[in-house]
Amino acid sequence: MPYLKSLLVVLCLLILPAGSAHAQEDTESLRPLINELAGGGFSETEQQLGVLAATGNPGVVPALEALADGDLYARKSDGVVFIGERDGRVYKLTDPLTLEPAGEERRRDMKKIKVNNGLRRVIRTALGTLTLMAPDPATRLAAADAMFKAQDPGSIEALDLALTQETEPRVRRKMEAARAAAVLKSDKPEAVKLGAIATLEALGNRDALSVLSGFLPEAQGAEVPATETAMARIDKTLAAWGAAENVWYGISLGSVLLLAAIGLAITFGVMGVINMAHGEMVMIGAYVTFVVQEIIRTSAPGLFNYSLFMALPLAFLTAGLVGIAIERGIIRFLYGRPLETLLATWGVSLILQQAVRSIFGPTNQEVGNPDWMSGAFELGQMTITYNRMWIVVFSLLVFAGLMLVLKKTPFGLYTRAVTQNRRMAASMGIRTPWIDALTFGLGSGIAGIAGVALSQIDNVSPNLGQGYIIDSFMVVVFGGVGNLWGTLVGAMTLGVVNKFLEPYAGAVLAKILVLIFIILFIQKRPRGLFALKGRAVDA
Amino acid sequence: MMTSFLFRALDKNAALFLGLLTAIIVAVPALNLLLPPDHPLHVPTYAVTLMGKYLTYALLALSVDLVWGYCGILSLGHAAFFALGGYAMGMYLMRQIGTRGVYGDPLLPDFMVFLNWDTLPWYWYGFDMFWFAALMVLLVPGLLAFIFGWFAFRSRVSGVYLSIITQALTYALLLAFFRNDMGFGGNNGLTDFKDILGFDVQADTTRAALFAASGIALGLCFIICRAITRSKLGKVLVAVRDAESRTRFLGYRVEHYKLFVWTISAMMAGIAGALYVPQVGIINPGEFAPANSIEAVIWVAVGGRGTLVGAVIGAVLVNFAKTWFTAAFPEFWLFALGGLFVFVTLFLPKGIVGTVTDNWAKVSRRKHAVDERPGDTPSTRPAPNPAE
Repeated sequence: MPYLKSLLVVLCLLILPAGSAHAQEDTESLRPLINELAGGGFSETEQQLGVLAATGNPGVVPALEALADGDLYARKSDGVVFIGERDGRVYKLTDPLTLEPAGEERRRDMKKIKVNNGLRRVIRTALGTLTLMAPDPATRLAAADAMFKAQDPGSIEALDLALTQETEPRVRRKMEAARAAAVLKSDKPEAVKLGAIATLEALGNRDALSVLSGFLPEAQGAEVPATETAMARIDKTLAAWGAAENVWYGISLGSVLLLAAIGLAITFGVMGVINMAHGEMVMIGAYVTFVVQEIIRTSAPGLFNYSLFMALPLAFLTAGLVGIAIERGIIRFLYGRPLETLLATWGVSLILQQAVRSIFGPTNQEVGNPDWMSGAFELGQMTITYNRMWIVVFSLLVFAGLMLVLKKTPFGLYTRAVTQNRRMAASMGIRTPWIDALTFGLGSGIAGIAGVALSQIDNVSPNLGQGYIIDSFMVVVFGGVGNLWGTLVGAMTLGVVNKFLEPYAGAVLAKILVLIFIILFIQKRPRGLFALKGRAVDA
Repeated sequence: MMTSFLFRALDKNAALFLGLLTAIIVAVPALNLLLPPDHPLHVPTYAVTLMGKYLTYALLALSVDLVWGYCGILSLGHAAFFALGGYAMGMYLMRQIGTRGVYGDPLLPDFMVFLNWDTLPWYWYGFDMFWFAALMVLLVPGLLAFIFGWFAFRSRVSGVYLSIITQALTYALLLAFFRNDMGFGGNNGLTDFKDILGFDVQADTTRAALFAASGIALGLCFIICRAITRSKLGKVLVAVRDAESRTRFLGYRVEHYKLFVWTISAMMAGIAGALYVPQVGIINPGEFAPANSIEAVIWVAVGGRGTLVGAVIGAVLVNFAKTWFTAAFPEFWLFALGGLFVFVTLFLPKGIVGTVTDNWAKVSRRKHAVDERPGDTPSTRPAPNPAE
């Protein structure tokens, strides 16, 4: 019976040519049709539903939803239909077409439009058909998804009809999957079901797997082996995607590590300065982002999407200047005494933390994501969030930029010269103290722009830097001090290893294992993955 | 042999320090217990506990100084040994609670009942006996230090690299002890202690006894450190500190010396932690925080690295300042501590004791020179510093 009713609805739809395109023009013309719902018994209502569905007009959707929920009422005096919400002795009325409030009415003046289960099914099918033809692809996708989950054989015709008009490939795939899922529940012949199994196998995701495993007990004859092989194949695809997802998460974590460590790779790796205040440079960058966003929020909210681009140079300058101040004020007196440098810069880090805490308060500050960084997209079976993706891209850009600066500019040349042989560089006329200060400023500035990126995924609080300092040192030491490529490889390796351990060991244990691994690794290769060779090593 | 060992350890300065320490150990509990509370010289119990805490910190500083000041190993993970000793003691104290816990389980500590564990993990066996816990206080940090040092020193990881991996060690332990699955109370750690050796941990007399025990432990460890640093072994350690490669080329097995002193130092840190826990009444993973280890290093730096008395003085001074600051100006404590790190490394590289003794030596030398050859300009060149 429900089968026939839905067929009726679909037929009505077919009568109307190209249903949805010109639908919205005249919602008002629907009003008499909706008011007709009030008249008579279930069979009249059902007929009227068919008429409404035949309009192909999404404007009737709220009224139909209300009807299914039993919230549709007719006014006894004039028979006008409203959506009503019970509120004490009265109903609060809403216009079913415009969805605007339409006053209140005493309860005894309203008559509820009754529905039964049979009607509800008709309404659901009608709704599904209407939404499947909706102009907005997202609505169509949601409708197809709902039908996929419902697996109602009655939806096959609606889906078939929708598929004839659907052009968006994403929605199409979903509809095909929904159709296949519905076919498996229906009493169609074996050949059709085998086709559906193949469709689901091609889909190859977790949902398809659950549909197939639900179908397996009911499968007959040739369907059984087909389902089993399909499930096995989907399992294999899923495992491959799972691994790919782990790699992606690992790269994402690695890019965060890279961002945090890359400035340190300059100050510690190239200059040999143990900068325990490095994490605070990252924190300063994050707070610069916060301040920039605050200013934009109050003075020019329209520019919010560009806030990060404005924060980048400012964060670089601020952190860089703080770095130069630290170098000139403290570190230059301590060259050649690495352990003392470590303690002094730790002191600096405490001061900076407390300063930020005194100025901005100890709580987390809210740093917003611009539009282009929020949301996610799907790549096969993986969901990739935009902020993670941009951070990976950004970290690689920063890395490339730094490489360019060090290898292709005069400043980079001087830096390398001073690193390799300070006295020789000095006698060639390079002002080594300037180069020291600028290099330190560069490393700190890069930590600052790392802070801009990390503000998008981490809490911006005075303790932000503390969380990264140990990891950063691990990355630099693991990759090999004095070698930027080592830092890149080190960060990515540690990120990926960490994420592959996590499913087995849990996040914390994975981290502990990685730390232990690094401790052991340093025993084996005290100079890291890519050790500098030659005499400079022992200097 | 033993007497000469001791004799070497006790010169004038050391005797002075030990005498002072003895006087404090006797006087503070006496003033607390014997005088009525309204007497002007009465020491309140909270002050006894506070000073007892300082003494355990002093012991931790002493252990850091032994490896850093005399052997050049800058450990950024000594708080790990301190905390491990503390956990060993904490486990004993937990087992002593018995049926008086919230859940009243005779065997399992409260947090295990809370986690629905039904048996005691194997590593909690034996901690109901004090002697076993005391042994573990020494063995656990000692063994960890031995294994860690065995690998690190044999592969000649030194200097900054060693500092960083010690930091990684304590960080890894911090994360590990935060896990509930470890069976050490997770985030909350071990607390709600009732008895130690049958005495109420809250009682004034127990507090005074713990204070005295901390003082005695500090004194004994001071004598041991003194004996080590004054022996030939100590000279080799200083040689390792100042010129590791050269010492190795002279035929000394540098790694053995380092390993020995590193393990001893870790055990001392463990003792300090074990005495710390009953006095403050809690041990939680926060004690593993890398910041704590670095703070211990600054105590030594303030007091004067390479002088044992300096480590003790530094620890007491800095912690006294911390207590005062955090009560009077809580916002400024980190500024003060940070400033202290910078100031000491820039302007007081030898610390308080080192600077004072240097000036003392300079003055007395000048006096000496003036006495011998009146009219000569005294040399103003500073004394050569063996530490550099």
